[in-house]
Amino acid sequence: MTPISEYWRGARDGLPFILVIAPFGAVFGVVATEAGLDLAQVMGFSLLVIAGAAQFVAVQMMVENAPVLIVLAASLAVNLRMAMYSASLAPHLGALPFRKRAFISYLMVDQTYAPSILRYENRPELSPRARLGYFLGVASPIVPIWYLATWAGAVLGSAVPPGLPIDFAVPITFLALIMPMLRSPAHVVAALVSILGTLVFAFLPFNLGLLLAALLAMMAGAETERRLARRHAP
Amino acid sequence: MSYHTWQIWGIILGLGAGSYLLRLSFLGLIGNRPMPEWVLRHLRYTAVAVMPGLITPLILFPQATDGQIEPVRLGAALATIAISLWTRNATLTILGGSAVLFGLHFTLG
Repeated sequence: MTPISEYWRGARDGLPFILVIAPFGAVFGVVATEAGLDLAQVMGFSLLVIAGAAQFVAVQMMVENAPVLIVLAASLAVNLRMAMYSASLAPHLGALPFRKRAFISYLMVDQTYAPSILRYENRPELSPRARLGYFLGVASPIVPIWYLATWAGAVLGSAVPPGLPIDFAVPITFLALIMPMLRSPAHVVAALVSILGTLVFAFLPFNLGLLLAALLAMMAGAETERRLARRHAP
Repeated sequence: MSYHTWQIWGIILGLGAGSYLLRLSFLGLIGNRPMPEWVLRHLRYTAVAVMPGLITPLILFPQATDGQIEPVRLGAALATIAISLWTRNATLTILGGSAVLFGLHFTLG
């Protein structure tokens, strides 16, 4: 498992997400252009932010003429989960030189993080360079398509007929990402707490309900793991 | 939308820089320093703790239907879960889930 072979494996694993990234990026290009942003600004979002959900939140609030600081606070809150992804990748990628970790940070999105963390946990014997290769492989089909699709949406407009349930491409991909991760009772418990917590804390503003639910879910998963390990211990 | 150009760029640059710092935070700071076992045990559940919560409202209360539960999206979500359990393959899951979504959309919707 050399860095090169891991790169190609990652690229293959990242490929199916094009099916979602492409329409999602194109819709962002269309929506942001219709909201009144020029091409440079639309591309600025997708090149500098590369986070679909946060970009949509920002543009939606800009349409409502929210104050600049409120737009920033609300859209950054959507991205707070990235700090959690960053912490969970640190034990696997911490041995890499800083500039490589800095580059991975730029490429960190849901669709690059999820396959990578699954691979690292299933194959703990991978070298740090092989792990880097895998991450860059997953990002290779995903990130350039995000730019390209945004550009196509902004320049060519929407070829998608109105009324199609295109919004649902995102939950379908996430389900494809999540299901393989439910590989122990502790993972299942964490996922259930995450779902229930989001519903219970839905009244909190700025996506804080999701963060609170995620923290509780991590505690529930860790505690379940600890109890199961103690039960199995002699 | 009534912002000055510099305000729009302020939002783009601010959101870009903030998002990048969130991504770099732990990966950049902690580096190779060992973390205590209880921290690692919590971090193992990050993905399953964040992602299900992120999509739950999208599945149950889609914006496109003004937050009403709707059989097309709910059916597609359940089918996607079933296909994932059955095939254990991301490509087939995404293709199958999308096929069910559009199939239900054109028959029920």
